[in-house]
Amino acid sequence: MKFSEAWLREWVNPALDTQQLAEQLTMAGLEVDAVEPAAESFSGVVVAEVLSVEAHPDADKLRVCQVAAGDTDPLQIVCGAPNVRAGMKAPLATVGGRMPGDMKIKKAKLRGVPSHGMLCSARELGLSEEHEGLMELPADAPVGRDLRDYLALDDMTIEIDLTPNRGDCLGMEGVAREVGTLTRTDLTPPAFEPVAAAIEAQLPIDVQAPDACPRYLGRVIRGINPDARTPLWMQEKLRRGGLRSLGPVVDVTNYVLLELGQPMHAFDLDRLSGGVVVRYAQSGEQLTLLDEREVELDEQTLLICDQERTLALAGVMGGVDSGISASTENLFLEVAFFTPEKIAGRARHYGLSTDSSYRFERGVDPELQWRAMERATALLLELLGGQAGPVCEVASAQYLPVKTAISLRRDRIRRLLGFVPEDVQVEDILTRLGVTVTADGEGWLATPPSYRFDLAIEADLIEEVGRVYGYNNLPTANNHGDLTMRPLPEAETPLERLQALLVDRGYQEAITYSFVDAELLQDLEPDSRPVPLSNPISSEMSMMRTSLWAGLLGAVRHNLARQHSRIRLFESGLKYIQQDEDIKQINVLAGAVVGDLYPEQWGVQTRAADFFDVKGDVEALLDIGGQAIRFQAAQHPALHPGQTAAIMRGETQLGWLGCIHPGLARKHGIPSKTCLFELDMDELRKGRVPSFEKLSRFPAIRRDLAIVVNVEVPAGALCDSIHRQAGPMLRDVLVFDVYQGKGIESGRKSVALGLILQDSSRTLTDDEVDAVEAGIIAQLEKQFAATLRE
Amino acid sequence: MEALAALEQQAREAVEKAADLKALDDVRVHYLGKKGVLTQQLKQLGKLPPEQRREAGQSINVAKKQVQEAIEARKLQLQQAELEAQLSAEKIDVTLPGRGQRSGGLHPVTRTLQRIQQLFAGMGFESVQGPEIEDDYHNFEALNIPEHHPARAMHDTFYIDAHHVLRTHTSPVQIRVMETQKPPFRIIAPGRVYRCDSDLTHTPMFHQVEGLLVDENVSFADLKGMLEEFLKHFFERDALGVRFRPSYFPFTEPSAEVDIECVICSGEGCRVCSHSGWLEVLGCGMVHPNVFQHVDVDNEQYTGLAFGMGVERLAMLKYGVNDLRLFFENDLQFLQQFR
Repeated sequence: MKFSEAWLREWVNPALDTQQLAEQLTMAGLEVDAVEPAAESFSGVVVAEVLSVEAHPDADKLRVCQVAAGDTDPLQIVCGAPNVRAGMKAPLATVGGRMPGDMKIKKAKLRGVPSHGMLCSARELGLSEEHEGLMELPADAPVGRDLRDYLALDDMTIEIDLTPNRGDCLGMEGVAREVGTLTRTDLTPPAFEPVAAAIEAQLPIDVQAPDACPRYLGRVIRGINPDARTPLWMQEKLRRGGLRSLGPVVDVTNYVLLELGQPMHAFDLDRLSGGVVVRYAQSGEQLTLLDEREVELDEQTLLICDQERTLALAGVMGGVDSGISASTENLFLEVAFFTPEKIAGRARHYGLSTDSSYRFERGVDPELQWRAMERATALLLELLGGQAGPVCEVASAQYLPVKTAISLRRDRIRRLLGFVPEDVQVEDILTRLGVTVTADGEGWLATPPSYRFDLAIEADLIEEVGRVYGYNNLPTANNHGDLTMRPLPEAETPLERLQALLVDRGYQEAITYSFVDAELLQDLEPDSRPVPLSNPISSEMSMMRTSLWAGLLGAVRHNLARQHSRIRLFESGLKYIQQDEDIKQINVLAGAVVGDLYPEQWGVQTRAADFFDVKGDVEALLDIGGQAIRFQAAQHPALHPGQTAAIMRGETQLGWLGCIHPGLARKHGIPSKTCLFELDMDELRKGRVPSFEKLSRFPAIRRDLAIVVNVEVPAGALCDSIHRQAGPMLRDVLVFDVYQGKGIESGRKSVALGLILQDSSRTLTDDEVDAVEAGIIAQLEKQFAATLRE
Repeated sequence: MEALAALEQQAREAVEKAADLKALDDVRVHYLGKKGVLTQQLKQLGKLPPEQRREAGQSINVAKKQVQEAIEARKLQLQQAELEAQLSAEKIDVTLPGRGQRSGGLHPVTRTLQRIQQLFAGMGFESVQGPEIEDDYHNFEALNIPEHHPARAMHDTFYIDAHHVLRTHTSPVQIRVMETQKPPFRIIAPGRVYRCDSDLTHTPMFHQVEGLLVDENVSFADLKGMLEEFLKHFFERDALGVRFRPSYFPFTEPSAEVDIECVICSGEGCRVCSHSGWLEVLGCGMVHPNVFQHVDVDNEQYTGLAFGMGVERLAMLKYGVNDLRLFFENDLQFLQQFR
């Protein structure tokens, strides 16, 4: 809601300056978004009269004018405006004056003819977007008067960002009421009298949807002057309220809209046939709107029709066929109350948002229609002449909002606000808001005024008491309730611990969008069903991620393009997978590593991070949980088929680790040495509570073993087999070397293993250890065709 | 005896000349070893007349002792020199950088989220999570935002289908907690939220922290006290100006927006606060009775306070970040500033 401060002060004029007024409104919940001068800064512009116009000797489009501008002799002004003519009044920027943008007016010669100032268009003065020539001032404008003074331009526009509950403040009257309440100032509304019917003309009104249109007022006005113009004072109020002047009839209805908050519509009476019908649309009906768009209607849409055609989307926008034109002489004025719930969402459904729908959705005072009709009639007759018929009303009391008394308890105020003002204060606040208050037992019975749709329950009234009392005047307490201990499952690893581990290992956390490029996702995860957005911002952000790699690879590319060659990123968050009818939202932790293992430094040989470096990081994450994990060779469409591991705990897969598939890397401009991992966060966080084992006082014995096996035999399988064979005496198996090449048959590899044996109750003898070692060797020979390395 | 004195003198000179421990040991062996020249002198005592033996023996022993002491002294000297040489040879350039991996860092949003969670954990709030693809009921309906409510237009919702949206706020987590548990409630819900809006000051995804405290005696005064305390601790400014402004959220009544004194200009007025001196940082209010009704909490027995804050906004103010979009570009030059 944007309005002129001067206009507001016509209604209510508290002893506050603009700044204080804005502050008061903001602190009462009517947040002031902007306070701006009503007109751009200019000076030395006066009302002038064009006395004569002659052709310029050397320029076809220029005229040489003699202009009266007050006390001085007529001034010679060269002017290029097409509408300049003798006798017209227009603004003149005099020599020494300044135009918007701080342009100084000087004496000039235009094509050799001296000019002592500049006749101005409204656009040049920043008063309009239109540029159809000089700004024409009324014939009675006093020559020589400063234009700022004449148009009262030293005014401010105030824009308030109204919350959806305060539809009552979508008019000057509502804002004035609020200011009056807050500042304890009486209102001084403009006086106007009901207009008695001068003619009998009326149009039949048939309301077939009384639930949606509980009140409909119509009035015929005949014989208006189609050549009348909107007076400047009205144009200026509209302009400062953010509305363009669109001819006097529409300007009057818009003026009433801004003044009282009541949307109304004027039809060209001669283009209506029969009477007016208010009904719901039939499915498939068509209507061409004022903006010339054709829409197909549905059955929830309320229409204004005549006997033959559809005229308007009720409460939203008129149709093109019945609107006012420059030749309209007879009007049918409509002022209605539409039920907010029936209008809500209709405009948006048709891709519209109008000043009218905006107000009806939020609720227009159901008791305002008569006043609005009389106000509009009075203004129309004053500006355009004509004669008004009687006001015809069709009202359905059972569908009009019912005023209900709400019980307001003193104790409830205390419980909700932590404080109750004195009874007289509560009563004063509510009364000033227009609420009717009567004492009742534990508190009051309060009946809100018809314009406050947002006051429906006790809590609403309590908010009003707090709001007008001032939130910042209410007490502050520090009662946070009784403290209770929360369960703290020790086996659950906190997310923060996992994040900290990666950070300590040189990873930088990223946060990427949850919606990603559909094509990249398809290449990464062709087998998952992603969830598409039905209204994405762009195709690059159209699909909910089924893998965090999509976003991380995007971040990798972003950084590669900015001179970073060593990138270690991780992210945690949800991925979304369509499974049958359900959408699974799975919490994961993922990482991407590109470039050198270590930052470039003097003491360490530079080398690229590879699978095993990243595996070390993943193992460190898994170590926190302390659960038995194995990595097994597997296939993933995004990963190198020979460098991919499924991460398993028992039969549960926790995630993936691997190097990116070179084909995919090439296609998407990602380095082929990129390593990726993704772990199911919920599984990863499942750890264990440590359980004590007795310390062994007896020495451990180490035996080293070098065996030769086929290259395909996984080291993990060797270790598993050794553990099974050796039993509890074997504490640990280390793989301390893997070798292929000279001295080893092609297709075979040597694996060096360290066996650590220990017993908790005695010192192991050499014989015992020899027996275990022999058993292991025999088992490896049998299972893997292993031989001892010579 | 002159010969002994000469020998001693000779030995002393040899000791002084010994350039290192090895040479010194050679000198020791030469004079004092089993076959050393001074030791030999003792062996020749027998050749002296018995009455001279005692005195001569004493003289030889004195000489031996003198030489021995000279050797010890020289040895200490040489050891000291050797240590000094070693120390000097082992000098390193301590200004060279250390070896190995460097620390990475948390995203500033996570850093801020953790800070918020820690502060509220201190007041007994438990962190809970909820789904991001949310149904219409939890995101709107149960929060007292029925279909066609004007507040829906302010949300710029991303739709999955007719009944599912990307949650537009973290408030649905309130509903999910209240509908499955019994009061009292004391939770915060951090997480990602989505609005279909992208320009200089809006990203289609951002983070919020929702808070909810429901108990038998919770009032707007407590809400004010708690949030004021939180903001002062978050910004680490005891004298931070905080004000509560009436506002509107369908799921709270009364509702308020919370402004803090601009942390950039300390309330003087600057570009960041649009020259108002105040910055809006939070929305809050008392739980609306309709919300309690949806989750079957007795509105007469319980009252509740709820609040929601934008994490990026708080992070921008705390760290002075001037462009919201930087949070999701993941540029290392940006991220590495927050380790």
